[in-house]
Amino acid sequence: MNPLSFHHAWADAAMIGAIVVFATIGDVMIASAMRAIGDLDEIKARRGLFGAILAVLGSSRFLFGVFFMALSFFSLLFALSHADLSLVAPASASLTFVTNAIAAKFFLHENVDRRRWIAAVLVCAGVTLMAL
Amino acid sequence: MTFRRWLVLGVVAVTAPLGDTLLSMGMTRVGPVSLHHLSSLIYALKTPQILLGIVLLIGFFSSYLASLSWADLTFVLPASSIGNVIVALLARFWKHEHISPMRWLGILLITAAVGFVARGPSYTEIPKPHEALEAETR
Repeated sequence: MNPLSFHHAWADAAMIGAIVVFATIGDVMIASAMRAIGDLDEIKARRGLFGAILAVLGSSRFLFGVFFMALSFFSLLFALSHADLSLVAPASASLTFVTNAIAAKFFLHENVDRRRWIAAVLVCAGVTLMAL
Repeated sequence: MTFRRWLVLGVVAVTAPLGDTLLSMGMTRVGPVSLHHLSSLIYALKTPQILLGIVLLIGFFSSYLASLSWADLTFVLPASSIGNVIVALLARFWKHEHISPMRWLGILLITAAVGFVARGPSYTEIPKPHEALEAETR
């Protein structure tokens, strides 16, 4: 491998890593906020659409989650302008499935049983194969 | 899970890959963005494909939030990945694009994954702190 392609490979890995880390933090914080807020359908039935929007926007955890999702989004836009879509999109999407499953188990205390692990790995492999 | 909730997951599934596809089409038109000229990302918002992509992603985000209020993250993400399959099948039968055997295998794996999670529970009941305390003192 020549030094230039080695440098490119590291740059691609760093961009994909940034997208995955920001997306995982964002997903977990938003999921945690929505769990704390409760069923949006019930809130909407009690307080109307505006009440449901206020309940979501009033959560600081949600806003931090959106901040990290925005970081992930701009990292994706940046990466798409430098690397191939066929590399960046499937690599970041498939890795995010696995990192989300790990983070959901430890931070959200979700019951990630064998069925969900298998599903996460199958989706990860499936998304990668679809990009080939 | 009610029919209406599966419908919301369907919206999550379809809008995300379509929005991403439009964004990539738009960014291809915009061209490379330099680290020294990050402000050009703001000008990218004027591209129609990027604007439409963002509208679809707003639809995705609101239905994604609704689904996370009644289902686990590890249920919503694999269940909504069926959108990748829908987009690939649309490309095959509507735009008559060629789908390689590898992509068919990917479609099969994602469909199997959706089948796996859909047969399990959608939500982990976690007792709130005061409920857990009451349970301990009982």
